[in-house]
Amino acid sequence: MVEVHLDPDVLSGLQEVMEGEYPKLLDTFLDDSQKRVEALRKARDDAKALALIAHSFKGSSGNLGAVRLAHLCQRLEVESVEAAADLGALVDQIDHEFALVKPLYESERQRFQL
Amino acid sequence: MSALAPVLEPLTVLIAEDSATDLLLLSTIIRRQGHHVLTASNGVEAVDLFARERPQLVLMDALMPVMDGFEAARRIKQLAGEALVPIIFLTSLRQSEALAECLDAGGDDFLPKPYNPLILAAKINAMDRLRRLQATVLQQRDLIAKHHDYLLHEQRVAKAVFDKVAHSGCINAAPNIRYLQSPYALFNGDLLLAAYTPAGDMHVLLGDFTGHGLPAAVGAMPLAEVFYGMTAKGYGLTQILREMNAKLKRILPVDMFCCAALLCLSTQRRVVEVWNGGMPDGYVHEVATGKRTPLVSRHLPLGVLSAQAFEDRTEVWPMALGDRVFLLSDGVLDTADANEQLFGAERLQQVFAANREPDCLFEDIEQALAAFCGEVRDDVSMVEITLQAGQSMRATGPLYADSGQSCPLDWSVGFEFRAETLKRYNPLPYLLQLLLEIHGLREQSGALYSVMAELYSNALEHGVLGLDSRLKRDAEGFAQYYRERNERLMRLNSGYVRVQVQVAPTVTGGRMSLRIEDSGPGFDVEQVLARPLDVDRLSGRGLSLVRQLSSDVRWSDGGRSVCVEFCWEALA
Repeated sequence: MVEVHLDPDVLSGLQEVMEGEYPKLLDTFLDDSQKRVEALRKARDDAKALALIAHSFKGSSGNLGAVRLAHLCQRLEVESVEAAADLGALVDQIDHEFALVKPLYESERQRFQL
Repeated sequence: MSALAPVLEPLTVLIAEDSATDLLLLSTIIRRQGHHVLTASNGVEAVDLFARERPQLVLMDALMPVMDGFEAARRIKQLAGEALVPIIFLTSLRQSEALAECLDAGGDDFLPKPYNPLILAAKINAMDRLRRLQATVLQQRDLIAKHHDYLLHEQRVAKAVFDKVAHSGCINAAPNIRYLQSPYALFNGDLLLAAYTPAGDMHVLLGDFTGHGLPAAVGAMPLAEVFYGMTAKGYGLTQILREMNAKLKRILPVDMFCCAALLCLSTQRRVVEVWNGGMPDGYVHEVATGKRTPLVSRHLPLGVLSAQAFEDRTEVWPMALGDRVFLLSDGVLDTADANEQLFGAERLQQVFAANREPDCLFEDIEQALAAFCGEVRDDVSMVEITLQAGQSMRATGPLYADSGQSCPLDWSVGFEFRAETLKRYNPLPYLLQLLLEIHGLREQSGALYSVMAELYSNALEHGVLGLDSRLKRDAEGFAQYYRERNERLMRLNSGYVRVQVQVAPTVTGGRMSLRIEDSGPGFDVEQVLARPLDVDRLSGRGLSLVRQLSSDVRWSDGGRSVCVEFCWEALA
């Protein structure tokens, strides 16, 4: 399954909606996401905590056009209620996916100087 | 952004969302749409903020730390009370149970992630319309409640005023009247009045105005005033009816009128005189035989016809002591059951037939109505008057403003009432007013009026009209007598009744002689007076009454002229 990492149409839509607030939104997302990735790592063995973080992370990454990241979060949220699931592997994938999209958002952020 | 619907009025929107990114995104979108934004990052903050700032709309994330969106929504709905504060759940929840939980918690709508600004604006506008609608409904409900209270207050005041007028009569004081009426009958248009005439007869009116509420009550005031005023002055039913009709015709709008039954019960003469315009049949109940004679409506209601077209013809029925007259309003007959079937006169007759204890008739009727339709309506009016002996000859006459110093004591006056006048004018109230200028006579006004009324009607009926009182020996003849009376009066074109009053002082007080002459053939005084008193109950009653009530009675001119005297002691 080929999945988009970052949907450019979502970004241009957001830029239109947010206008001057757009760079701040990118900053907030990067900062917020960093915290959530770290929280996921810490909660590796706590399925319930993982589900809540994944739910929230799924929402914001979906809103920001990180399509594959949102999809992985959704899988984690769903699978965290299944006892047999290998959640650790999913957390690693999310970690990896965020590491991949983070530079893309940072370079988008670069286009706007504060 | 240009495609967004214009914002009617900026709202204060509370956003509860634990993701900083989503919160920033949403609050920016909503601010751009012209609203004021409050933000909270968990349920507890959201509830606190709501209590403090009272935002008009809430966007609520479902899953949040500390307190989730479901609990926060429940608390906010509770705080909001009757006002509608729409809560839109922000959710990417897919399971139907979770969506159902949002609705159970009081959610009004959902907004899925990722957010679409157009959908969001449309949802906010839709929710705002609902919110306004609810606010309008509440406002109107409160307004209606206020108006209702106001109306009740007005009705209480109107009723209090009216009770003063209505209860100036004897409806509650007379021992021989029983009635059943809702305390707010006035606002159903039902009206019940009763008062004594100067002669001690009783007038009773049961009326039913068209319409409900205050309009129905408005006509009752002038009607009651005419009834009491004219009854106290000694006017008969026909004059009172004419005055009531003319007054209502003048003051009421065309679609308003008053169905009415008016009675004059005379214990002295053992009769009831009846006029019924538009009321259901009343009944005279002959206790001895159990026979019930219907008092049928023969006229249009009061306030419909012009004075020229109005018919004041009454019917007279004999009554024995203990006999009862029963009147009812159409609320009794029109009580409908679940299938819109009316109670009707036949069922009422069945209740009459089944009634064993006459004093329980109302209860029997009420029970029958309740059994028929489940409850008794509040426009059911009933009245029953029993003919009783010993009704006092009390004067319920007008109050006098003068102190008695101007009382005239030495004068005479004479009248001659001729055919055209006899046909339509009753001079008795006028004569009584004149005689009551003599303060010494006021104590005896009841007796005076009774004697005067008897002698005048003798002069008119036996003298001028030539009717034989022996006709009245039985019920059939009785009815014939009054038919004859009306017919002869209509045809009358000659004849007269003369009234002469002489007032003179005496050593101890004063004396009034009243002489009444008629143009008739006269009668054999000796023979009539020789008849045993009260040989039957329908005739011959009048003369014994006169002899009993006045200090001196003398006939002359072959029975064509009669003179009575009333004396009084000087007032202290």
